[in-house]
Amino acid sequence: MPFALLIDFGSTYTKLRAIDMGIAKIVASGQGASTVTTDINDGLDAALNDLKAHLGILPEFDYRLASSSAAGGLRMTTVGLVPDLTAKAARLAALGAGAKVAGTYSFELTSGDIDTIINDAPDILLLSGGTDGGNTKVIEHNAHKLSESALACPVIIAGNRNAADTVADCLSDARKRVIVTENVMPRHLELNIEPAREAIRQVFIEHIVHAKGIDKAQGRFDSVLMPTPAAVLEGAQLLAGGQGGKPGLGPLLVVDIGGATTDVHSICDGLPSESGVIYHGLPEPHAKRTVEGDLGMRHTARHVVLEAGLESFAGDADISTDEVEALLARTDGDVEWLPKSDAERRFDIALARTATRVSVTRHAGTIEAVYTATGPVSVQRGKDLGEVETIIGTGGVLVHNDNPAAILDAALAGDEASLALRPRNAGLTLDDDYILYACGLLRSVAPDVALELGLKALKPLTNHKELGNAATGPQ
Amino acid sequence: MAETKIGTLVTGVIGSDAHIVGNRILSRALEKEGFEVISLGALTPAKEFADAAIETDADAILVSSLYGQGELDCRGFRNLCTEAGLSDILLYVGGYLMIGDQPWEEVERRFLDMGFDRVFPPSTRPDDVIDPLTDDIAARRAAGQ
Repeated sequence: MPFALLIDFGSTYTKLRAIDMGIAKIVASGQGASTVTTDINDGLDAALNDLKAHLGILPEFDYRLASSSAAGGLRMTTVGLVPDLTAKAARLAALGAGAKVAGTYSFELTSGDIDTIINDAPDILLLSGGTDGGNTKVIEHNAHKLSESALACPVIIAGNRNAADTVADCLSDARKRVIVTENVMPRHLELNIEPAREAIRQVFIEHIVHAKGIDKAQGRFDSVLMPTPAAVLEGAQLLAGGQGGKPGLGPLLVVDIGGATTDVHSICDGLPSESGVIYHGLPEPHAKRTVEGDLGMRHTARHVVLEAGLESFAGDADISTDEVEALLARTDGDVEWLPKSDAERRFDIALARTATRVSVTRHAGTIEAVYTATGPVSVQRGKDLGEVETIIGTGGVLVHNDNPAAILDAALAGDEASLALRPRNAGLTLDDDYILYACGLLRSVAPDVALELGLKALKPLTNHKELGNAATGPQ
Repeated sequence: MAETKIGTLVTGVIGSDAHIVGNRILSRALEKEGFEVISLGALTPAKEFADAAIETDADAILVSSLYGQGELDCRGFRNLCTEAGLSDILLYVGGYLMIGDQPWEEVERRFLDMGFDRVFPPSTRPDDVIDPLTDDIAARRAAGQ
């Protein structure tokens, strides 16, 4: 019976999932501290010992696949031309490749920008700008600025193809490592981020894994395939789209509430769902990922309260504004803090609800009525998430909560007047096994098993959609 | 820039104006003539004309307005382009630019004062645009070298 070992070298923990591929189930999980700053093998040993404690004996693994978000994850800086066009396309590409985006730049880079970029120390810089045959001046200027700088990381060029040679020469003459790929926006409003995503993944595998010291454990796994957030996006795509004739869950949304950030992934076309709605602006990718760096449960809890407004937040949590302030002082000082009293739990739920609502609102597109001489017309920008049928929640606060549905339903469109196109009527599910990254990794070698594994592991919280329909039978 | 192109143009209908047909006919005709046309369609905010022109390194922006609000929508358009770094881009405007029966010369003067290089009255045919456009682009390119 074949077994697969799926490893996530995380920022805090090294996590393992042992999968029995014959029955598409997790047979055991293991966890150790993340030891990438010293020797990654120590954490892996600890996690394997933990796994062994559950299993008695470690099986022979046919596949040992890893993803990584250790050592700060994959940090990227993206550069484009117009903020709403190539700069946005480059940012979407980096996020879709699982990166943390340290900075997004538009137009000509200044010396100050260069200082900030060097200071941010990205692992990869993605340089775009101009449609094919369009503007060459700005990307050439930016390449020149970067070539003169102390930038040490590889540069992926994904801009105007007519400038690519000049830009590549300019940077390689300055001894920068250069990878040229297709333009992220070859024609006006034509999004083309897959080649850039693939280039990022290749650089990650070939260089970043080594630079982060993850390859010290080489030989103990087959390969590190991608950054963990990219594995989550891959897993979500598989679950949405199905595999080999087996249907998936259809359009879905993943909300991952962390201590510092909230990640949102949507897998859907998101095109206007009603006739008469006109789409404006850059089309967004079918598989879209956003990261809200100011919305998390601990490091950024204060920002979350600010988003809701102190009074409104206190009302939602049913505690006084003084109590909110006191609890924020606690979360600021101790990011490991866990709620104990009922009031503290309500505070935590209100944080998670706000993070969910705001992150999904930012991820979603907007619709706006424009009054023309012949009557009102609706203009949509960004993705319409109204068609989303399933929302998958994950992250500590959801997994350890008695009523995760009460948090996750904050993702749904509310009664409030909002332009945001959030899901209207989706079923809520919980990923408490942290299975999505594992599905994403396993997809590369056994997509059928990966799909079945994911569908079995998700826990329905509401009855909107029968997960069993898509799975192989009763659970 | 590829010098073989006779010109890259951004077209669209500005403001809350849904009259797309004339603009579409003009865009098709210009494409047939060999221009590269980035057609933004109806209901296009002024900023999106400039954004598209920057990325595509356009030679000209052709603004249509057919609902009588053109003057409001186009006010500041040249400044917007200048601010965006498109200081020497050609700007054309055409359509039903005013409500009522103001003399055409007055209307034309008002839009020229706003910074448009050419202003076209209602019932302009694509051919009326192509010749001046070709000349203007050639002149700009010659001056730029």
